[in-house]
Amino acid sequence: VGHAVLAINGAEVNGRLTADGKDVLEFLSNPANYPVSIRFGRHRLSSNEKLMLASMFHSLFAIGSQLSPEVGSSGIEMLETDTFKLHCFQTLTGIKFVVLADPRQAGIDSLLHKIYEIYSDFALKNPFYSLEMPIRCELFDQNLKLALEVAEKAGPFGPGS
Amino acid sequence: MSRQAGRGTESKKMNSELFTLTYGALVTQLCKDYENDEDVNKQLDKMGYNIGVRLIEDFLARSNVGRCHDFRETADVISKIAFKMYLGITPSITNWSPGGDEFSLILENNPLVDFVELPDNHSSLIYSNLLCGVLRGALEMVQMAVDVKFVQDTLKGDSVTEIRMKFIRRIEDNLPAGEE
Repeated sequence: VGHAVLAINGAEVNGRLTADGKDVLEFLSNPANYPVSIRFGRHRLSSNEKLMLASMFHSLFAIGSQLSPEVGSSGIEMLETDTFKLHCFQTLTGIKFVVLADPRQAGIDSLLHKIYEIYSDFALKNPFYSLEMPIRCELFDQNLKLALEVAEKAGPFGPGS
Repeated sequence: MSRQAGRGTESKKMNSELFTLTYGALVTQLCKDYENDEDVNKQLDKMGYNIGVRLIEDFLARSNVGRCHDFRETADVISKIAFKMYLGITPSITNWSPGGDEFSLILENNPLVDFVELPDNHSSLIYSNLLCGVLRGALEMVQMAVDVKFVQDTLKGDSVTEIRMKFIRRIEDNLPAGEE
Protein backbone atom coordinates (compact mmCIF):
# COMPACT_ATOMS: atom_id res chain seq x y z
CA VAL A 1 0.00 0.00 0.00
CA GLY A 2 1.52 3.29 -1.09
CA HIS A 3 4.38 1.38 -2.69
CA ALA A 4 5.15 1.24 -6.37
CA VAL A 5 7.53 -0.49 -8.72
CA LEU A 6 10.68 1.58 -8.85
CA ALA A 7 12.98 -0.58 -10.96
CA ILE A 8 13.07 -3.84 -12.89
CA ASN A 9 16.32 -5.73 -13.29
CA GLY A 10 18.21 -2.67 -12.13
CA ALA A 11 16.81 -0.26 -14.70
CA GLU A 12 14.53 2.50 -13.37
CA VAL A 13 10.88 2.37 -14.33
CA ASN A 14 9.24 5.41 -15.91
CA GLY A 15 5.55 5.42 -14.98
CA ARG A 16 4.02 2.39 -16.65
CA LEU A 17 6.92 1.80 -19.02
CA THR A 18 10.23 0.08 -18.44
CA ALA A 19 13.49 1.82 -19.25
CA ASP A 20 13.34 0.54 -22.84
CA GLY A 21 9.74 1.56 -23.38
CA LYS A 22 7.85 -1.67 -22.79
CA ASP A 23 4.70 -1.77 -20.70
CA VAL A 24 5.56 -2.94 -17.17
CA LEU A 25 2.60 -5.25 -16.56
CA GLU A 26 3.07 -6.87 -19.97
CA PHE A 27 6.73 -7.45 -19.29
CA LEU A 28 6.03 -9.00 -15.90
CA SER A 29 3.30 -11.32 -17.20
CA ASN A 30 5.56 -12.82 -19.87
CA PRO A 31 7.29 -15.91 -18.36
CA ALA A 32 10.03 -15.64 -20.98
CA ASN A 33 11.35 -12.61 -19.09
CA TYR A 34 11.75 -14.52 -15.79
CA PRO A 35 13.71 -14.53 -13.50
CA VAL A 36 13.17 -10.85 -12.95
CA SER A 37 14.21 -8.69 -10.00
CA ILE A 38 11.78 -5.97 -9.00
CA ARG A 39 12.52 -3.07 -6.67
CA PHE A 40 9.54 -1.69 -4.75
CA GLY A 41 9.49 1.44 -2.74
CA ARG A 42 7.72 4.69 -1.98
CA HIS A 43 7.07 6.98 -4.91
CA ARG A 44 9.46 9.88 -5.14
CA LEU A 45 7.52 13.12 -4.70
CA SER A 46 6.60 14.95 -7.88
CA SER A 47 7.61 18.59 -8.31
CA ASN A 48 4.05 19.69 -7.66
CA GLU A 49 3.80 17.65 -4.50
CA LYS A 50 7.09 19.12 -3.34
CA LEU A 51 5.81 22.65 -3.99
CA MET A 52 2.64 21.96 -2.02
CA LEU A 53 4.46 20.47 0.92
CA ALA A 54 7.01 23.28 0.91
CA SER A 55 4.35 25.96 1.00
CA MET A 56 2.63 24.12 3.84
CA PHE A 57 5.91 24.05 5.68
CA HIS A 58 6.37 27.77 5.02
CA SER A 59 3.14 28.42 6.95
CA LEU A 60 4.05 26.02 9.75
CA PHE A 61 7.42 27.70 10.05
CA ALA A 62 5.67 31.02 10.65
CA ILE A 63 3.24 29.46 13.13
CA GLY A 64 6.24 28.16 15.04
CA SER A 65 7.48 31.67 15.68
CA GLN A 66 4.01 32.94 16.58
CA LEU A 67 3.34 30.15 19.07
CA SER A 68 6.44 30.90 21.04
CA PRO A 69 5.88 32.41 24.48
CA GLU A 70 9.11 34.37 23.96
CA VAL A 71 9.21 37.51 21.83
CA GLY A 72 11.16 37.39 18.59
CA SER A 73 11.45 33.64 18.40
CA SER A 74 12.68 32.06 15.21
CA GLY A 75 10.51 29.75 13.14
CA ILE A 76 10.81 25.97 13.11
CA GLU A 77 14.50 25.07 12.91
CA MET A 78 14.20 21.35 13.38
CA LEU A 79 11.46 18.80 13.14
CA GLU A 80 12.18 15.33 14.46
CA THR A 81 10.41 12.06 13.72
CA ASP A 82 11.56 8.51 14.36
CA THR A 83 12.69 8.02 10.76
CA PHE A 84 14.12 11.41 9.81
CA LYS A 85 15.03 14.90 10.98
CA LEU A 86 14.02 17.98 9.05
CA HIS A 87 16.41 20.94 9.37
CA CYS A 88 15.44 24.42 8.22
CA PHE A 89 17.63 27.47 7.80
CA GLN A 90 16.06 30.84 7.00
CA THR A 91 18.22 33.59 5.52
CA LEU A 92 17.83 37.28 6.32
CA THR A 93 16.09 37.61 2.97
CA GLY A 94 13.43 35.06 3.91
CA ILE A 95 14.63 32.16 1.78
CA LYS A 96 14.40 28.83 3.55
CA PHE A 97 16.69 25.89 2.96
CA VAL A 98 15.24 22.58 4.13
CA VAL A 99 17.24 19.38 4.55
CA LEU A 100 15.74 15.99 5.38
CA ALA A 101 18.31 13.73 6.95
CA ASP A 102 18.88 10.63 9.00
CA PRO A 103 18.25 11.45 12.68
CA ARG A 104 21.84 10.54 13.53
CA GLN A 105 23.43 12.63 10.80
CA ALA A 106 25.59 15.48 12.11
CA GLY A 107 27.01 18.50 10.34
CA ILE A 108 23.69 19.64 8.90
CA ASP A 109 24.16 23.25 9.98
CA SER A 110 27.31 23.58 7.94
CA LEU A 111 25.63 21.70 5.09
CA LEU A 112 22.77 24.20 5.10
CA HIS A 113 25.27 27.03 4.99
CA LYS A 114 27.16 25.37 2.13
CA ILE A 115 23.91 25.00 0.22
CA TYR A 116 23.28 28.74 0.70
CA GLU A 117 26.66 29.40 -0.92
CA ILE A 118 25.94 26.99 -3.77
CA TYR A 119 22.57 28.70 -4.34
CA SER A 120 24.13 32.15 -4.35
CA ASP A 121 26.78 30.96 -6.82
CA PHE A 122 25.20 28.58 -9.31
CA ALA A 123 21.60 29.70 -9.24
CA LEU A 124 21.77 33.44 -8.60
CA LYS A 125 24.87 34.13 -10.65
CA ASN A 126 23.36 32.32 -13.61
CA PRO A 127 21.72 35.23 -15.45
CA PHE A 128 19.25 32.87 -17.11
CA TYR A 129 17.83 31.67 -13.82
CA SER A 130 14.76 33.73 -12.82
CA LEU A 131 14.25 34.36 -9.14
CA GLU A 132 11.55 32.32 -7.37
CA MET A 133 11.36 29.73 -10.15
CA PRO A 134 12.40 26.08 -9.73
CA ILE A 135 16.13 25.78 -10.15
CA ARG A 136 17.00 23.81 -13.26
CA CYS A 137 20.69 24.60 -13.45
CA GLU A 138 23.06 21.71 -14.06
CA LEU A 139 26.00 23.27 -12.24
CA PHE A 140 23.76 23.84 -9.24
CA ASP A 141 22.69 20.18 -9.24
CA GLN A 142 26.25 18.95 -9.66
CA ASN A 143 27.67 21.04 -6.86
CA LEU A 144 24.73 20.28 -4.61
CA LYS A 145 25.29 16.56 -5.16
CA LEU A 146 28.97 16.97 -4.28
CA ALA A 147 28.15 18.80 -1.07
CA LEU A 148 25.63 16.13 -0.09
CA GLU A 149 28.18 13.39 -0.72
CA VAL A 150 30.72 15.15 1.48
CA ALA A 151 28.19 15.58 4.26
CA GLU A 152 27.03 11.98 4.02
CA LYS A 153 30.54 10.57 4.16
CA ALA A 154 31.14 12.58 7.29
CA GLY A 155 28.77 10.27 9.12
CA PRO A 156 27.31 10.74 12.59
CA PHE A 157 30.20 12.77 13.92
CA GLY A 158 30.35 15.56 11.39
CA PRO A 159 32.98 16.37 8.75
CA GLY A 160 36.56 15.66 9.68
CA SER A 161 35.73 12.58 11.72
CA MET B 1 38.66 22.17 -5.04
CA SER B 2 40.88 25.21 -4.70
CA ARG B 3 37.82 27.39 -5.23
CA GLN B 4 36.08 25.91 -2.19
CA ALA B 5 39.18 26.02 -0.06
CA GLY B 6 40.05 29.59 -0.98
CA ARG B 7 36.55 30.97 -0.44
CA GLY B 8 35.39 32.86 2.60
CA THR B 9 35.80 36.58 2.38
CA GLU B 10 38.64 36.29 -0.13
CA SER B 11 37.83 37.07 -3.71
CA LYS B 12 39.28 35.88 -6.96
CA LYS B 13 41.62 38.49 -8.36
CA MET B 14 40.40 40.02 -11.57
CA ASN B 15 41.96 42.59 -13.83
CA SER B 16 40.36 45.91 -12.84
CA GLU B 17 41.00 47.32 -16.30
CA LEU B 18 38.73 44.68 -17.74
CA PHE B 19 36.10 45.67 -15.19
CA THR B 20 36.40 49.36 -16.05
CA LEU B 21 36.25 48.61 -19.76
CA THR B 22 33.25 46.31 -19.34
CA TYR B 23 31.30 48.88 -17.36
CA GLY B 24 32.27 51.58 -19.83
CA ALA B 25 31.12 49.49 -22.77
CA LEU B 26 27.82 48.91 -21.00
CA VAL B 27 27.22 52.62 -20.41
CA THR B 28 28.20 53.73 -23.90
CA GLN B 29 26.00 51.08 -25.48
CA LEU B 30 23.09 52.25 -23.34
CA CYS B 31 23.78 55.82 -24.46
CA LYS B 32 23.63 54.72 -28.09
CA ASP B 33 20.45 52.71 -27.50
CA TYR B 34 18.54 55.31 -25.51
CA GLU B 35 19.90 58.60 -26.84
CA ASN B 36 18.95 60.60 -23.76
CA ASP B 37 20.71 60.69 -20.40
CA GLU B 38 17.62 60.36 -18.22
CA ASP B 39 16.65 57.05 -19.82
CA VAL B 40 20.19 55.75 -19.49
CA ASN B 41 20.19 56.69 -15.81
CA LYS B 42 16.93 54.79 -15.34
CA GLN B 43 18.28 51.71 -17.12
CA LEU B 44 21.45 51.74 -15.05
CA ASP B 45 19.35 51.93 -11.91
CA LYS B 46 17.17 49.03 -13.10
CA MET B 47 20.16 46.89 -13.96
CA GLY B 48 21.76 47.72 -10.67
CA TYR B 49 18.56 46.71 -8.90
CA ASN B 50 18.59 43.31 -10.59
CA ILE B 51 22.18 42.85 -9.56
CA GLY B 52 21.46 43.95 -5.99
CA VAL B 53 18.65 41.45 -5.38
CA ARG B 54 21.02 38.62 -6.27
CA LEU B 55 24.21 40.05 -4.81
CA ILE B 56 22.68 40.34 -1.34
CA GLU B 57 22.51 36.53 -1.02
CA ASP B 58 26.15 36.17 -2.02
CA PHE B 59 27.01 38.88 0.50
CA LEU B 60 25.03 37.25 3.32
CA ALA B 61 26.30 33.77 2.52
CA ARG B 62 29.92 34.83 2.54
CA SER B 63 30.11 37.58 5.13
CA ASN B 64 27.95 35.93 7.82
CA VAL B 65 26.73 39.28 9.11
CA GLY B 66 23.55 39.13 11.17
CA ARG B 67 20.60 41.48 10.92
CA CYS B 68 21.43 45.13 11.58
CA HIS B 69 19.57 46.72 14.47
CA ASP B 70 19.53 50.24 13.12
CA PHE B 71 20.44 52.30 10.11
CA ARG B 72 23.84 53.22 11.58
CA GLU B 73 24.81 49.56 11.72
CA THR B 74 23.59 49.19 8.16
CA ALA B 75 25.80 52.10 7.08
CA ASP B 76 28.82 50.50 8.75
CA VAL B 77 28.21 47.12 7.16
CA ILE B 78 27.75 48.70 3.73
CA SER B 79 30.91 50.74 3.82
CA LYS B 80 33.27 48.51 5.78
CA ILE B 81 32.22 45.05 4.60
CA ALA B 82 30.19 45.25 1.40
CA PHE B 83 32.11 47.94 -0.47
CA LYS B 84 35.37 46.35 0.66
CA MET B 85 34.27 42.92 -0.52
CA TYR B 86 33.02 43.92 -3.93
CA LEU B 87 34.92 47.04 -4.97
CA GLY B 88 37.94 46.91 -2.70
CA ILE B 89 37.26 50.39 -1.30
CA THR B 90 36.01 51.62 2.07
CA PRO B 91 33.97 54.81 1.65
CA SER B 92 33.68 57.03 4.70
CA ILE B 93 30.34 57.71 6.33
CA THR B 94 29.42 61.33 7.03
CA ASN B 95 26.63 63.88 7.15
CA TRP B 96 24.18 62.01 9.30
CA SER B 97 20.80 63.66 9.40
CA PRO B 98 19.52 64.60 12.88
CA GLY B 99 16.94 61.83 12.74
CA GLY B 100 19.57 59.21 11.89
CA ASP B 101 17.75 58.24 8.72
CA GLU B 102 20.08 59.73 6.12
CA PHE B 103 23.82 59.57 5.59
CA SER B 104 26.44 60.05 2.93
CA LEU B 105 29.06 57.68 1.60
CA ILE B 106 32.16 59.53 0.45
CA LEU B 107 34.18 57.65 -2.15
CA GLU B 108 37.71 58.93 -2.57
CA ASN B 109 38.13 56.81 -5.65
CA ASN B 110 35.54 54.94 -7.67
CA PRO B 111 36.84 51.90 -9.58
CA LEU B 112 34.01 52.24 -12.10
CA VAL B 113 35.33 55.57 -13.37
CA ASP B 114 39.06 54.96 -13.70
CA PHE B 115 40.20 56.77 -16.86
CA VAL B 116 36.67 58.08 -17.59
CA GLU B 117 35.84 61.65 -18.60
CA LEU B 118 32.28 62.80 -19.16
CA PRO B 119 31.85 64.70 -22.43
CA ASP B 120 29.75 67.90 -22.50
CA ASN B 121 26.85 66.33 -24.34
CA HIS B 122 26.29 63.88 -21.46
CA SER B 123 26.22 66.37 -18.62
CA SER B 124 23.17 64.84 -16.93
CA LEU B 125 24.41 61.27 -17.19
CA ILE B 126 24.93 59.65 -13.80
CA TYR B 127 27.72 57.37 -14.95
CA SER B 128 27.86 55.14 -11.86
CA ASN B 129 24.12 54.99 -11.32
CA LEU B 130 24.34 51.20 -11.37
CA LEU B 131 25.68 51.42 -7.82
CA CYS B 132 22.52 53.17 -6.62
CA GLY B 133 20.37 50.40 -8.04
CA VAL B 134 22.56 47.72 -6.47
CA LEU B 135 22.29 49.28 -3.02
CA ARG B 136 18.54 49.79 -3.37
CA GLY B 137 17.90 46.22 -4.60
CA ALA B 138 20.10 44.60 -1.99
CA LEU B 139 18.55 46.49 0.92
CA GLU B 140 15.04 45.82 -0.33
CA MET B 141 15.70 42.08 0.03
CA VAL B 142 16.47 42.61 3.69
CA GLN B 143 13.22 44.52 4.16
CA MET B 144 14.58 48.09 3.95
CA ALA B 145 13.19 50.60 1.48
CA VAL B 146 15.85 53.20 0.76
CA ASP B 147 16.45 56.05 -1.60
CA VAL B 148 19.98 56.20 -3.03
CA LYS B 149 21.40 58.94 -5.20
CA PHE B 150 24.62 60.62 -6.21
CA VAL B 151 24.97 64.15 -4.89
CA GLN B 152 28.58 64.74 -5.90
CA ASP B 153 30.53 63.17 -8.72
CA THR B 154 34.23 63.54 -9.54
CA LEU B 155 33.26 63.07 -13.18
CA LYS B 156 31.32 66.32 -12.98
CA GLY B 157 34.16 68.26 -11.42
CA ASP B 158 33.40 67.71 -7.72
CA SER B 159 36.29 66.88 -5.44
CA VAL B 160 34.78 63.65 -4.18
CA THR B 161 32.02 61.28 -5.15
CA GLU B 162 29.19 61.37 -2.63
CA ILE B 163 26.27 58.94 -2.47
CA ARG B 164 23.36 59.96 -0.26
CA MET B 165 21.35 57.14 1.30
CA LYS B 166 17.98 57.77 2.92
CA PHE B 167 15.97 55.26 4.89
CA ILE B 168 12.34 55.41 3.81
CA ARG B 169 10.61 52.61 5.65
CA ARG B 170 10.78 49.05 6.78
CA ILE B 171 9.11 46.70 4.32
CA GLU B 172 6.60 44.91 6.50
CA ASP B 173 4.86 42.68 3.96
CA ASN B 174 6.52 39.29 3.58
CA LEU B 175 8.67 39.68 6.65
CA PRO B 176 10.56 36.45 7.26
CA ALA B 177 8.92 34.68 10.20
CA GLY B 178 10.59 35.41 13.49
CA GLU B 179 11.44 39.05 12.77
CA GLU B 180 9.31 41.32 14.86
